[in-house]
Amino acid sequence: MPRKPIDLPFKLEYLSVLDENAELDKKLEPKLTDDELKTLYRYMLKARRADERMLNMQRQGRIGTFPQASGHEAISMGSIFCLEKEDWLVPAYRELAGMLYRGWPLETILLYWNGFEEGAKVPDGINDLPMCVPVASQLLHAAGIGMAMNIQQEKKVVLTFFGDGSSSEGDCHEALNFAAVFNAPVVFICLNNQYAISVPIAKQMKNETVAQRAIAYGMQGIRVDGNDVLAVYTATQEAIARARKGEGPTLIECLTYRFTPHTTADDPKRYRSEDESKKWHLREPLLRFAKFLKNKGIMNDEQKIAIDAEIDAEIKAAVAKAEELAKSEELMDPLRMFDYSFADMPPFLAEQRQELADHIAKHKKHKKEAGEKKAPSPAQI
Amino acid sequence: MTQMNMAKAINLALHEAMTKDKRVIVMGEDVGQDEGVFRITEGLHAKFGDTRVIDTPLAESGIVGTAIGMALYGLKPICEIQFAGFDYYNYHQLESHAARFRNRTRGRLSVPMVMRAPYGAGIRAIEHHSESREAIYAHTPGLKVVIPSGPRNARALLHSAIQDPDPVIYYEPKAVYRLFKEEVPDAMETLPIGQAQVARKGKDITLVSYGASLRPTLEAAELLEEEDGVHAEVIDLLTISPFDAATIVESVSKTGRCVVVHEGPRTCGIGAEIIARINENAFLYLEAPVKRVTGFDCQVPYFSKERAYLPDAERVLEGCRATLSF
Ligand SMILES: Cc1ncc(C[n+]2csc(CCOP(=O)(O)OP(=O)(O)O)c2C)c(N)n1
Ligand SMILES: [Mg+2]
Repeated sequence: MPRKPIDLPFKLEYLSVLDENAELDKKLEPKLTDDELKTLYRYMLKARRADERMLNMQRQGRIGTFPQASGHEAISMGSIFCLEKEDWLVPAYRELAGMLYRGWPLETILLYWNGFEEGAKVPDGINDLPMCVPVASQLLHAAGIGMAMNIQQEKKVVLTFFGDGSSSEGDCHEALNFAAVFNAPVVFICLNNQYAISVPIAKQMKNETVAQRAIAYGMQGIRVDGNDVLAVYTATQEAIARARKGEGPTLIECLTYRFTPHTTADDPKRYRSEDESKKWHLREPLLRFAKFLKNKGIMNDEQKIAIDAEIDAEIKAAVAKAEELAKSEELMDPLRMFDYSFADMPPFLAEQRQELADHIAKHKKHKKEAGEKKAPSPAQI
Repeated sequence: MTQMNMAKAINLALHEAMTKDKRVIVMGEDVGQDEGVFRITEGLHAKFGDTRVIDTPLAESGIVGTAIGMALYGLKPICEIQFAGFDYYNYHQLESHAARFRNRTRGRLSVPMVMRAPYGAGIRAIEHHSESREAIYAHTPGLKVVIPSGPRNARALLHSAIQDPDPVIYYEPKAVYRLFKEEVPDAMETLPIGQAQVARKGKDITLVSYGASLRPTLEAAELLEEEDGVHAEVIDLLTISPFDAATIVESVSKTGRCVVVHEGPRTCGIGAEIIARINENAFLYLEAPVKRVTGFDCQVPYFSKERAYLPDAERVLEGCRATLSF
């Protein structure tokens, strides 16, 4: 009855393809066409510019509090780019670049952060769930969708996202375990930006990496440089290929840093040094990738400027459209709050709807408030 | 006496309770160095340190479940759940254990803990940050539910909740956190849990409310007096469970008319229970059916429409007039 080590059939890797100085590890370079590389860049840039624009709008009271996504573009774009149209995406809330690529119009996302349910309406033809606020809860839906794909014998995959802090929730554990037990074709992406609002990852968990949890669940796991879009792409491609072959789920930890505040209502100076943030700022994903494209001769300065201009125009148009929608009679009608409670409206709800309709008719009010500019709120998400 | 807002008054109570009783522990997400996303735990971490002001991992069930363990062991944990919209993650621990240990062990063990959480709409927040679901807790045997309406009662009630030998849900109307200031006495004070306050005296109609809805209710009472010459009595419930039916019954027996105001959904809301108690104890005094002015039975809309969802003074006024002209 000896005491001896148990050999586990797992190892854990860290993957980086493009380093901070945009030096490429040739052996690891993924096979991507020039057009594909440019597409990756375009959506990352669009997300960055949109995020910056939204910050201004928030400061002006034109949208509400929102979680910034600047610096996290490589994670959502590198991974979501690997999905086929009929695959499913189950996001958290920092996947702006990838959501834009999937076909979510920017104006829809702007409506979401401006307090309109219409911003969570999944555009027709897209197999995505909307953003999810109660952290980690969406991971179980992803596991369930994956289980359903197995039951229906369809070779599709689900890609889902969660944060380092969210990995502490029971729902996260349950989702990983269900996916593993049922061999569900799910790729779990942990966006590890090292903070959950103010709480650093060292206070969140004792384990060195999130990825090593994969070993405990009996699934494949890997940690990648989350500021390297090529590393994220490579790891996700491999995971999706396995999932499609029926080899089950994968956990990919993307290591990055949240150099913005948690949301527009947060003040990081309360809990970390600006030096720390600056250091990471230098490692952000977009400049590095632009440099790589330039070195590779895919994008010269002129082309870069042209893409910039196109994106600025796209964002301008989206903002105009979102603000027009937000002012429209239709979207501002408060009675819409009752519309989707159930497939059919039960009588008691119809009565309450009428009650509100009568009240509004009597006072001719609430009509303007949606478009009103108000000071930013102190709320966090 | 010092003028302060509700956020400051709750913070003051936490400082006082932690100073007075070493068993009191504060725990939750971002409550330490960040001092809470609403800054309610300001200064606590600096003063009492890591062992008594605990930044927990991001897990509400973990927070409340471990708090139950601490309470069973003899500590007095105060959990902050960042937003009431996330306390469903820990509802199981409250319902299955915090609410039951005393009964389960025939009085041998108990769970003297407080769960604090900001609730309610009106601050332009995103989904899951605006609900008012106190009725769920009121419907749970073994839990007490307290909701303050202003700085002074917030501080006093938090002391009572901390000192209570049983688990107390302390819901904070976040829209009121920094809405107004009032005098708070220098000496620590408590308010009995289970006791309502008459916030305004009157003889013609009784208005019952609590939390964030108290303000529009009081406004409506003023308008009623100015515009209709009607004197409304306003009762501030303060404790939602077990609530003070006697004060309500006494008032309604005098006025014969009643309107209940709350922002939570109408069906099976606190108003429904209040009306049942009035029916049981003051039915023969009623001149009109008791009216409910409440949130609707749909989801709280996203913030572009939240004002239309919330009961405001105008809706309360209309409710009163319907009751008065019955
Ligand atoms: C269940 C739940 N609890 C609390 C919150 C409030 N909250 C929103 S984001 C957040 C931190 C999340 O951190 P992490 O998972 O690391 O994701 P990040 O925001 O850093 O991307 C918290 C506590 C929430 N949205 N859901
Ligand atoms: Mg994080």
